[in-house]
Amino acid sequence: MSEYVTDSNRTFMDRVRETLRNFGLPRLIIAAFLLLMFIIAPFTGVNLWTQITNVINRFSWNVVLVLAMVPMVHSGCGLNFGLPVGIIAGLLGATLSIEWGFSGPASFVMAILIATPFALLFGVAYGWLLNKIKGGEMMIATYVGFSVVSFFCMMWLVLPYKRPDMAWGFEGTGLRTTFPIDKYYGGVLSNLLRIQIGRLVIPTGTLLFFALLAIAIWAFLHTKTGTAMTAVGSNPTFARAAGINVDRIRMLSVIMSTWLAAVGILVYEQGFGFVQLYNAPFNMALPAVSAILIGGATASKASITNVIIGTILFQGMVTMTPTVMNGLINLDISEVLRVVVSNGMILYALTRKSEVTR
Amino acid sequence: MNGKNTSSPKKALAFVGNNAVPIMFIIIIAVCIPISGFSPTFLLNEIMTRLSRNAFLILSLLIPIMAGMGLNFGMTLGAMAAEIALIFATDWQIWGIPGIVLAMIISVPISALLGLACGRILNAAKGREMITSYIISFFMNGVYQLVVLYMMGSIIPIIHNNVKLPRGYGVRASVDLTRIRKSLDGVLAVNIAGVRVPLLTILIIVGMCLIIVWFRRTKLGQDMRAVGQDMEVARAAGIDVEKTRIISIVISTVLAGIGMVIYLQNMGDMATYSSHSQIGMFCIAALLVGGASVDRASIGNVFLGVILFHTMFILAPRAGAVITGNEVIGEYFRVFVSYGVITLALIMYETKKRRAKAHMGAQLELEQREEEKR
Repeated sequence: MSEYVTDSNRTFMDRVRETLRNFGLPRLIIAAFLLLMFIIAPFTGVNLWTQITNVINRFSWNVVLVLAMVPMVHSGCGLNFGLPVGIIAGLLGATLSIEWGFSGPASFVMAILIATPFALLFGVAYGWLLNKIKGGEMMIATYVGFSVVSFFCMMWLVLPYKRPDMAWGFEGTGLRTTFPIDKYYGGVLSNLLRIQIGRLVIPTGTLLFFALLAIAIWAFLHTKTGTAMTAVGSNPTFARAAGINVDRIRMLSVIMSTWLAAVGILVYEQGFGFVQLYNAPFNMALPAVSAILIGGATASKASITNVIIGTILFQGMVTMTPTVMNGLINLDISEVLRVVVSNGMILYALTRKSEVTR
Repeated sequence: MNGKNTSSPKKALAFVGNNAVPIMFIIIIAVCIPISGFSPTFLLNEIMTRLSRNAFLILSLLIPIMAGMGLNFGMTLGAMAAEIALIFATDWQIWGIPGIVLAMIISVPISALLGLACGRILNAAKGREMITSYIISFFMNGVYQLVVLYMMGSIIPIIHNNVKLPRGYGVRASVDLTRIRKSLDGVLAVNIAGVRVPLLTILIIVGMCLIIVWFRRTKLGQDMRAVGQDMEVARAAGIDVEKTRIISIVISTVLAGIGMVIYLQNMGDMATYSSHSQIGMFCIAALLVGGASVDRASIGNVFLGVILFHTMFILAPRAGAVITGNEVIGEYFRVFVSYGVITLALIMYETKKRRAKAHMGAQLELEQREEEKR
């Protein structure tokens, strides 16, 4: 009999329990931790509004990079550990736009425009490769990302960039590791329509830009091609039987992810105010991966809501912990906490039973 | 392997295809040696140093490959255990050979414990061991920092101030191992035609190779190979698959710990927070350069790999400086090559796996058709 318990027969506690189970214990702990931070913050002499501003800012810088995970997860390519491939396309767009003399908001638009063909090109190559090695995507994506980044470490030195804002002055060749972009597109989005209430500052432009992209992705996932993409992700054999060209759909998703990563790094830079080259892209994939996992995604399922919740929780944790911890016990273990939590979250996702049987 | 057509040009082509990476490296090195202008004695000395420094670490990778768990990126855990052990040995001021032996002894239980944890996690992630072990190494790096940077000196007693940070707890970014430096390599060191050979270290490495050869023939070694071939078949044959896999990771981690002590006594200086971070990547790259693949690696691959990979390591910055006038390029080049080699090996492994699967499918279909005809 008990197998036929209907919805109405379930007690309230059952539902709560199920909701909790779906929400996942690690996520709950992180959310509770963040809440605790916000509650403690005022007692440690930290201004709450400044903190909230920081969290919103960090959210707005990183969220597009996290969004770049969505298409590939949807088509069953797994978590995009190859995010640096797209980031490199974005960096090419950024440096070329500056090199060719664009400035102000135009340089941002141009950076996106110039990055697009690179993202397409890299995306096609990367997608072709991932189609060759179905099943081993995540590990290979990681190392493809590393290979591309280390290859471009050489390229940044060799390519004939000349603009003194970016290139090494005395030698005349090679780009600097980090350079400010306030003359170019630093803050073009975050200063747009900025709202300031006391100490609370909201970078409306960046949030709107993200909303635009998110709505576009959401709408895309509801088109015919988008539904096909979800079908490929959830059951490739069935999708093939239904007449969907699996390889082409996967390729499309990889191209989309790569392009979003390229745009994502540009959004990050305009908020951060600096362009970071050479080894910087190495460390960009893992935070984005763990953010979307914290938001409730799995290696085979991800939504825009996961992106938003995950980025808020992850960036909230990263921003709040150092200040609160410092104010509280004068001990900054936030870096350790970040490493343990973000990688712990990825491990949790990788070892879930339901994932393994995929 | 490709035993279908055995005409000799095809065979030669297959040989080149199967050994593309080592052949590529031999070509790179052959081009770089004259450009760099290093003398043969210098090169041989350098290669000998690096061989004695790295070979043991790389040997630790062989056993998980045998058990079908791929490249053990979790070997970093052993390296961390070794570093913790060396911190204690330094703090207790036990130098020379006794210090090294002590460090090895301390590292073993820590490595074993970490290996046990790693093995259990990997059992929950069958089929994606490599990415999981890779993330485990990052995760444990966080825990390592927590222990070494915050607990040592506050909870775990650290006596001497030259190990501790000035603030009273945590270990300094660099631990001075000068008084342990090369004390293992120094014993029985002989000079052969201008090349210094650390005989004891080499003997230890050779001993380890013999142990691995012996281990392959034991019941446990056979079980591991069976598990590596096919988990389901092994389970049907009564092998405790989970336990065998855990044991292989524990052995690998313990060996990596001992190997790391050998590595660091040769370096004579330990970067507390970064010595271990790249070690897994470089060891794995070296093994792959030696012609190993994700599912097959031999002792020969280890030695060929160390020699080829580290010769490239020595040559690249100098050759880069001569060709482009910029030494940094050579350094980036060798990092690129390391990553590139691992990527290539992973791709080759996955495509081979897919091809085998497709081949099996075709075979099955053929048999079925035969059956229908009858």
